[in-house]
This record gives sequence, C-alpha cells and structure tokens, in this order.
Amino acid sequence: MAYTEEELKKELETKEYEYGFYTDIESDTFPNGLNEEIVIAISKKKEEPEWMTLWRLQSFKIWKDMVEPEWANVKYKKPDFQAISYYSAPNKKPKYESLDEVDPELLDTFKKLGISLDEQKKLAGVAVDIVMDSVSVATTFKKTLAEKGIIFCSISEAIKEHPELVKKYIGSVVPQKDNFYAALNSAVFSDGSFCYIPKGVRCPMELSTYFRINQAGTGQFERTLVIADEGSYVSYLEGCTAPSRDENQLHAAVVELIALDDAEIKYSTVQNWFPGNKEGQGGVFNFVTKRGLCEKNAKISWTQVETGSAVTWKYPSCILKGDNSIGEFYSIAVTNNYQQADTGTKMIHLGKNTRSTIISKGISAGKSQNSYRGLVQVNSRAENARNFSQCDSLLMGNECGAHTFPYIEVKNKSAQIEHEATTSKIGEDQIFYCNQRGINTEKAIALIVNGFSKEVLNKLPMEFAVEAQKLLEISLEGSVG
Amino acid sequence: MLKINNLHARVEDKEILKGINLTVNAGEVHAIMGPNGSGKSTLAAVIAGKEEFEITKGEVFLEGENLEDTSPEDRAHKGIFLSFQYPVEIPGVSVTNFMKTAINESRKAKGLEDMPAKDMLKLIREKSELLEIDRKFLSRSLNEGFSGGEKKRNEIFQMAMLEPKLAILDETDSGLDIDALRIVANGVNKLKSKDNAVIVITHYQRLLEYIVPDFVHVLHNGKIVKSGTKDLALELEEKGYDWLKQETVI
Ligand SMILES: Nc1ncnc2c1ncn2[C@@H]1O[C@H](COP(=O)(O)OP(=O)(O)O)[C@@H](O)[C@H]1O
Ligand SMILES: [Mg+2]
Repeated sequence: MAYTEEELKKELETKEYEYGFYTDIESDTFPNGLNEEIVIAISKKKEEPEWMTLWRLQSFKIWKDMVEPEWANVKYKKPDFQAISYYSAPNKKPKYESLDEVDPELLDTFKKLGISLDEQKKLAGVAVDIVMDSVSVATTFKKTLAEKGIIFCSISEAIKEHPELVKKYIGSVVPQKDNFYAALNSAVFSDGSFCYIPKGVRCPMELSTYFRINQAGTGQFERTLVIADEGSYVSYLEGCTAPSRDENQLHAAVVELIALDDAEIKYSTVQNWFPGNKEGQGGVFNFVTKRGLCEKNAKISWTQVETGSAVTWKYPSCILKGDNSIGEFYSIAVTNNYQQADTGTKMIHLGKNTRSTIISKGISAGKSQNSYRGLVQVNSRAENARNFSQCDSLLMGNECGAHTFPYIEVKNKSAQIEHEATTSKIGEDQIFYCNQRGINTEKAIALIVNGFSKEVLNKLPMEFAVEAQKLLEISLEGSVG
Repeated sequence: MLKINNLHARVEDKEILKGINLTVNAGEVHAIMGPNGSGKSTLAAVIAGKEEFEITKGEVFLEGENLEDTSPEDRAHKGIFLSFQYPVEIPGVSVTNFMKTAINESRKAKGLEDMPAKDMLKLIREKSELLEIDRKFLSRSLNEGFSGGEKKRNEIFQMAMLEPKLAILDETDSGLDIDALRIVANGVNKLKSKDNAVIVITHYQRLLEYIVPDFVHVLHNGKIVKSGTKDLALELEEKGYDWLKQETVI
C-alpha cells in the first residue's frame, strides 16, 4: 500500500473534520484503544444482560492472545488496534442540511443506480422529512412478518427480547476463537441483524430489501445471526448497491447462519464499501467471517457481488453436517485500480450424500489483485459427497492479476470432486465487434462483464440483480482506455 | 455514399493498403475480390474505423463527410455495417440482448428513447423470419458454439436488424452451404434499396450469382488492380488471379 499509518490517520481526521461532526460526537465516543474496561463499557452502553458481557470478555481474552493472519494474498498496512475507538453512539444528527452539500461524485453514482431522491438523502446522511414512503412500507412489512411469527430485528434488541435464541446460537457456527477478526468482533460488535423463521414457515418476502434505507450506516463490527427452524425458508439480502463512504478503515463483520432440518437459507450480499481512490489511497479493509451450518436435508446458498473495499478478506462457508444437505456459493468479485480481494469459500462435507457447488467469477482491472481461495473438505464419514467448482477469471489490461488457490482434502473414497478453472481477457476484437455495432467501449465492457457474470447474477433476487448489473458497470468505469 | 481517396494504411511497420481509390454510390453493389492476404479485410476494418490500423495517407468519406476523427461506434451510428469474416464470441450475452443494446445505443446517439419492447419483439420476429432463423437460436450466447454457417447467418440477421446505409460483407459466403447461401443472399437482396449500398468481399463467383454486383474490383497487394462489371468475376473464376498479378508486375 502506498500510504503510511500517519497519512492514514491524517486522512481519517480530515474526513471527520470535513463531515463536520467531530466535536459533536466527542462526548459520546470512547477513547481509543481496547481493554477489558472498554469491552465492559460497550456492553453497559447497550444495556446488555450479564451473560453477554461475560461472553464479550471471554472473546476479548481469546483475541488478546491471537495474531493477525498473514496467509491471504493481500498486502496492507496492519491497522493499529489500539488507535481505534470501539464505540460511537449512533449518529442521530444529520451530516448535511441538504443534498447540495453532498459530494457530487457520490450523488452521480446514486443517480446512475437509479436511487430515489429520498433514499439518496438518507444514504448520504442528509436530514429527511419524517413522512417517507419507505417508513410506512417498512411498518406494513413488519406486521406481515409478525403474523407469521418471524422475528426480524437488531441483534441488540434480540439480546434483550429473545435471549434464549441468541444464547443458544451465537458463536455456535463461528466460535469466538475461530480467527483473529471473529474474536475481535465477538468482543466489540456494535450492532447487526437478527432473524428467526419458525418451523415450517416460508418467509413471504426478501428480508431487508424494504429495509435497505434503515440499514444504511451499520457499524464497523457488525454481527448477524439468521436461524431458519425446521422446514422453513428465508431469502436474506445484505448490503446495499449504493456506495458506502465509511470513515472507518477497518470492518470486521461476523455472519452466522443456522439451517435446521429441511430448512433453506438464501443469503445474498452486495458489498460496495469505499475502495479507495484511483491512486489506491484510503478505502475500507473488509475482513469478514461468514459461515452457515446445515442440518439434515438443509440448504444454504451464499450469493455475493463484491465491488468495494480496498482490501477484502472473505470466505462465506458451509458446514454440511446433516445428511443430504446442500451448500452453494456463487460469487462475483470485481477489483479495479489498487483494490485487493482474497475471497472464496469453504465447503465442509460431514454428512452423507452432501452436495456443494461453487461458482466464482473474478474480474480484475487496473492494477488490482483478485484471488480465489477455496477449500473443499470431505470427511471420512461423508459417503457419496459431491462437489462441483468452477472458477473463472476475467482480466482487463496487463497490470492486474488473477489467482486461484483451490484446496481439496478428501478422506472418503466415494467422493466426487470436479474443479474447472478458466482465465480470459477482454479482447480488442470483442470490443471492436461491439463498437462496430454502435456500442461504445464502456458499454461494451459492461456487456461482456455481465455476460461473464451471468450465472451468478441469475442467482440474485430479480431487483437486486438489476442493481448489481448497474453496479458492475459503474465499478469498471474508466478501466479501459 | 462512400468515397475513398488514395488510402494508405499500415499496422506496426507493415504497409497493407497502398493507395486505394473507390467510389460507391447509393443503390450500387460492389464486389471486391482478390487473393488471400491482399488486404480485403483490412480495407473493410479501416472503413469501419478499427484503430489498430494507422492511416498514413488518403481519406475516407461517407456521404461527403471525412471520417478521419469518427469513432467506430459513431460510424456505426452513421450507418456503416461490417459483417465480419471471423465474428467474435461474447459468452453469456444472448443474440437478443446484444441486438437490443446495439439498437438502443444507436437510438441514444440520435437522441431517441429506447425502442419499446413491443416494437423490438416485432422487429426481431420479422427479421428472424426473413433469414429463417429459429427463435431459440436468438437466446444463445453470441457466436458461442455457433457453426461457421450459423455465425455468418447471424451477421446478416444483425445487418437486417440495424438496416445500415453501407453494408460490407466480408466473406459472408464462406462456411455457408448452398441452402444457407441462398437464404442469406435473398435476405441481402430484400434489404437492398436505392438508398443504400453493399460491398461484397468474396473469393468466389458463386455468391455473385445471387447478389449481382454492378461493379467488380480486384484487390492485390494493397491496391485495386482492376475494375470491371460482373463479367470480370467470371473471368477471374476461369483464369484465377495469376494473370492479374503478372499484369501488375509489368
Ligand atoms: N493486425 C495485423 N498485424 C499484422 N499483419 C496484419 C494484421 N492484419 C492483417 N495483416 C496482414 O495484412 C495482410 C492483409 O490481410 P487481410 O486484410 O486480412 O487480407 P485478406 O482479407 O485479403 O485475406 C496480410 O498479409 C496479413 O497478414
Ligand atoms: Mg479477409
């Protein structure tokens, strides 16, 4: 990375200054650094029960003895964990009085994404009128959900209202000691979402589409827990196509999914954190731990479109514990300029007749580095396990890189594992062919990239797919001549 | 329609076109013939604006306008169409989607709204019938896994969709069996009018029996060495190119 810790700090400071809430927030922001007192204070601020405080403290102890992993194919200046403030009160005050004050580049992107004016305001942190369509929409949907017994709320709320569920499942799929960032998250997580679908219930809508606005501006250490009880189904959408210009350098989220017998969870993500500028400065470090557990006949599908962040470290995984369970991973990762992504999945086959599918599409442009890292592990008891993996890379220009690291560990002879990998380049001839038909180069690239990503885009819920397509287009703007 | 003056073009240090003069009027069909490597595809690409080739001398005019600073896509918007000798594959992009994008981009350049879906469907139906193309074919990825003949037929389908002023068909006949050739030629003839023009690049007299040219030119070593009427094509078929090559040496 081209900048030093000092410059980084300076940039953070100027940004905060620029955003004009530096003095306001001071009184409600904890001093920098992390120790037991801070952990306790976070828990207290959030009015958590004692068991939660203890759980956080335990996590902190584990984290203290861990070191930051270095095996990923990314280079960055490690954050100074004692230089971060671990608690800021939710930002209630609007950052701006009107849209005129917002960075025009950001607004331009909103426009290209077709985001409504009200939503633009909310996303950019502009004061909005109380009466907003989506608020009433959200209330209506909350009512529908409640009628079905579906719980969908913030994790803080769930800790207070549904302690038995949280207690039982938090850390059950991603244990505190799982990895450095997961341990850190467990100690200091700010907030996140909780979702429970009761037995046999099919959630009647894509969760969180209608809540997008209310979800904007989630914190640095997000925690998500989704539980699909026996025979239930839920499709969950995370993230937002709108660019998130967060001042926080480091993001370390944890997502845990639990699909009980015969349940199905579809988890779709569009990640568009600030990737840094064209020179590779600034940008978010995104270190995420996402994992799902499948009981008997259960199914978990991860679908993700990753276009943002300066550094991404992310491996949504499935533990196929129950017999006949299914895990799927569909991913599009785009890197441009100086972005670095090391993403992939782990499919752990424990039960009999378990199946997994991995489709990974990596698109690299500029001077970026894009790595796929996948593990397919078949346990000795997992009779007739099957996996199909396909990793395709698309390169634009000569200065970027695509790397594939497939790891396969098979301890049962009946396993069938297939792996395919391709690397292609957008050719001058393809571009000229499009140009000749009246399609300019920018549009041609978008067309080719969308074609390349089609298998994954098709897995996204319809309206999300349309946004994701536009997002791919915007992310690659100006990447060729 | 098209006027080319003393056109010289090269790629890297290799001079490929060495002084081409050609005038094509609206309503005319011109055939360009010539041995492999004589520069036929290069000429087509240069007219379409491929930047890989450097124009060192001469100019190309379309309806009186010098195309020197016109991008390939703008040339397409102005009505130039090239049926490629080797059409490229674009995986994951259906023929329909590709055409929809092409048509709407051209409309956008002219300040028009996107074509309504209803009209688009009607147009697709009409043109696919003209070229006897199975509708299922249109949902396949562009040129991916197409046979040689399917690729060529698809090029002409695109031409029919875009209704260009000047169409350049680069060896569209190669890879087509006799039935397909008839269908494609028939399609081209139906699209012909007094307002547009066609340049047919071919090795064989065969295609010219179906698409009858007003003029035939022989390109050799980057120059038009002979021009004539359709009888010239017959003569070439009979004698080959060698007699012309000798003529140019003298
Ligand atoms: N991109 C290129 N780089 C180098 N040489 C080229 C290139 N394109 C064409 N040529 C050369 O130019 C000459 C003319 O090619 P082309 O126009 O394809 O001929 P034709 O279509 O008449 O067979 C050939 O010798 C060919 O090798
Ligand atoms: Mg040729």
